[in-house]
Amino acid sequence: MKFIVVGGGLAGLMATIKIAEKGEIVDLISFVPVKRSHSVCAQGGINGAVNTKGEGDSPWNHFDDTLLGGDYLANQPPVLGMCEAAPGIIYLMDRMGVPFTRTPEGNLDFRRFGGTLVHRTAFSGSTTGQQLLYALDEQVRYWETQGKVNKYEDWDYLSAVVDDDGVCRGCVAQDMKTMEIRSFQGDAVILCNGGLGAVYGKTTNSIINTGSPTSSAYQQGVYYANPEMIQIHPTCIGGEDKLRLISEGVRGDGGRLWTYKDGKPWFFMEEWYPAYGNLVSRDVASRGIFKVCRELGLGLDGQDSVYLDVTHLEPEWIEKRQHGVLEIYRKFAGEEPTKVPMKIFPAMHYSMGGMWVDYNQMTNIPGLFAAGECEYQYHGANRLGANSLISCLYAGTVAGDKVMEYCKSLKKTSSDVSSKVFDAEMAKQKAGMDKIFKFNGPENPYVLKDEMNEYMSTYAGVVRTTKQLQDTDKKLLELMQRYKKLGVYDTGGWSNRTAIFIRHLWNMFELARGIVGGALLRKESRGAHYMPEYPNRDDENWMKTTKAKWTPSGPQFSLEDVDISLVKPRVRRYDVTKDQVIKESAEKEAATSKEGAK
Amino acid sequence: MSDAILKIKRQDSPSSRPYWEEFKVPVGPKANVISLLLEIQKNPVNAQGKPTTPVIWDCNCLEEVCGACTMVINGTARQACAALVDTLSKPIVLQPLTKFPLVRDLMVDRQKMFENLKKIKAWIPIDGTYYMGPGPKVAPGVQDERYLISCCMTCGCCMEACPYVNPKSNYMGPTCMAQVKLFNAHPTGAMYKDERLDAIAGDGGIADCGNAQNCERVCPKEIPLVSIIAELNRETAFRGFNRWLKGKPKGPGLAAPG
Repeated sequence: MKFIVVGGGLAGLMATIKIAEKGEIVDLISFVPVKRSHSVCAQGGINGAVNTKGEGDSPWNHFDDTLLGGDYLANQPPVLGMCEAAPGIIYLMDRMGVPFTRTPEGNLDFRRFGGTLVHRTAFSGSTTGQQLLYALDEQVRYWETQGKVNKYEDWDYLSAVVDDDGVCRGCVAQDMKTMEIRSFQGDAVILCNGGLGAVYGKTTNSIINTGSPTSSAYQQGVYYANPEMIQIHPTCIGGEDKLRLISEGVRGDGGRLWTYKDGKPWFFMEEWYPAYGNLVSRDVASRGIFKVCRELGLGLDGQDSVYLDVTHLEPEWIEKRQHGVLEIYRKFAGEEPTKVPMKIFPAMHYSMGGMWVDYNQMTNIPGLFAAGECEYQYHGANRLGANSLISCLYAGTVAGDKVMEYCKSLKKTSSDVSSKVFDAEMAKQKAGMDKIFKFNGPENPYVLKDEMNEYMSTYAGVVRTTKQLQDTDKKLLELMQRYKKLGVYDTGGWSNRTAIFIRHLWNMFELARGIVGGALLRKESRGAHYMPEYPNRDDENWMKTTKAKWTPSGPQFSLEDVDISLVKPRVRRYDVTKDQVIKESAEKEAATSKEGAK
Repeated sequence: MSDAILKIKRQDSPSSRPYWEEFKVPVGPKANVISLLLEIQKNPVNAQGKPTTPVIWDCNCLEEVCGACTMVINGTARQACAALVDTLSKPIVLQPLTKFPLVRDLMVDRQKMFENLKKIKAWIPIDGTYYMGPGPKVAPGVQDERYLISCCMTCGCCMEACPYVNPKSNYMGPTCMAQVKLFNAHPTGAMYKDERLDAIAGDGGIADCGNAQNCERVCPKEIPLVSIIAELNRETAFRGFNRWLKGKPKGPGLAAPG
């Protein structure tokens, strides 16, 4: 058996380790040296209900918070699987030597995060993603020395090799130095290529997150599920090249959001949401800040920003816990955050939607799996903070195990497949590259991307309207026409990043149309998808996964029921505790049945 | 919006000749070197008004945590994302790192640092990924010390600044030495401490450090490389002496995880 993993972030490395430890061989294809993957950017922590603080937390409670945070759009069984596995995964990472922040006794410490009332988030200062990624990178390096892992770093994944039976038998990738395009044979391919922030441009994402493999799979027939569910993180700082994240963990450690009202500090989130305060779920916090700045006109100096304040906290204590984040603010905003409150505003951060997968992480193309941010499975309509790291690690674990089972059931292996199948896909990809090299029109690819980014950030973000989404789709179609008039500027046959970028650009257009199409379709407000025209959640009609199928003329949507077999969906409120919501709804039910009895 | 002059050392491929090219780029508020390079992508025309190819460089995270965008900026190795234009003297001079094989323009190949990590067995050996409860307790002080080293992003600034990392030497460099300490300070990692010390006792190891102390000055993560190297020097010397007294240790050695 032979396996291919695409992407060297948390999900990809975890899947790799799982396969290597079973004695099988993995070709690990990564756009960047794996140690530089975007997982390094995760700051605040990783969720797991270890319950070390006497709060009565449990995996079930974690599960319940996750479903509620996601506004019940996630299929419930895999989310429960994740929450049950979470404590064990944190312990595993601990055994790998991750320098988690400790209690005085030397145990793992936990902090609070959004959408929950307990301390459930293990953390390593404020660079948790970096620390987790490095631990996995080290384990994978060990497996490399054992001959189980072959790394192909600085390679770009182009497409899956799918045979006449519709089964994935490998992939085609390009060496970004030599520009060589070749095929790889594999009995299963796991895509772990992460998010798609570059579709929105200036975001908290790394510049490499174009979502290109997701788009390629979508164009080969994989469903793109819940594309409209895009998370806008409430607390980020501006910049010319990107918007930088200020971790939710800062609020978990006591940071407060405020602005001036009538000349006095106004802690608006604490006023609106007494139970959760500053730690509501991210979609709610982002809408709160939008309301302050755009509707009430109470942003600082009338601008798009509010304060995130840690100046009331003991400076040495907060520095120790949040050094990484505070350093980012110092370096990029040029002010001292322990003395002057930080100025923040929401920015695009994460894609809850992604490739459709079954409970074994397999897409609708047999043999092609997906794990991590690139798939849609765990977060529903909104992701809770510190659930991304656990979902990547868990999905990587599941995928690593399940590809093994899948391969055992195969009647024919990839080595039995005719080389013509591989050659055909390779020829197709080579032809695509040759076409790009012949582009000699007046349009600049980076300018086209900027124009897409402008529309997507402005109209497919926190607040969406039908009219603006339609305009955005029109704009995307215009850009796809202008794509045909691109110039490549660089015809060099060595490390030609411009030509590679042009390929990604088209793939981003396709994803953007999926996002906008999904948003236009969903006539309700749920989680991160908020349309004032349809201000309420509509479980009857829209508790459905939107599934986009690629066609040459645009995405074609179908709806799929959500598996709500474990928990009955409740109204989502953060102004009171969960217990109160349950109590109130029970009282209401009792009252109605009494009425009925009368 | 004002303009900045950028002087960039370019090279089309490892075998071609390097050349300098100047660019005049508009500078936005809070611009960094990355945002200037992004501007060049959108308008690949040099200061003489001649169309040229977009400059190639490495970058991912843009918040000084992935290490990718390291280059020599006005003579010093650092991350281009954290180099704010307002704080730089003009013209801004950009060059690729010189201690690594060049790929193209400002992009270099830093694989050798990752290869060195194999030599020093830079991992915690684990019995497998299956459930075995939590890891060993770690004193908060030890954790603090390890955390600082664990923020190393293998960016290569210390390699660039170190005079003992050069084509005539096999020195693995300061970053690699610090990683020995990272793993030796962990309760599980410490079980195989001697093997890592032995790995830096030989060729390319700690004896190649001439104590120039440049490494610590350029480290963007402020890792106390000088004192770490001094400590490892003592430990390798002690280890060598012990070995001489006791002979080679017996045992399975740094076992495989799994």
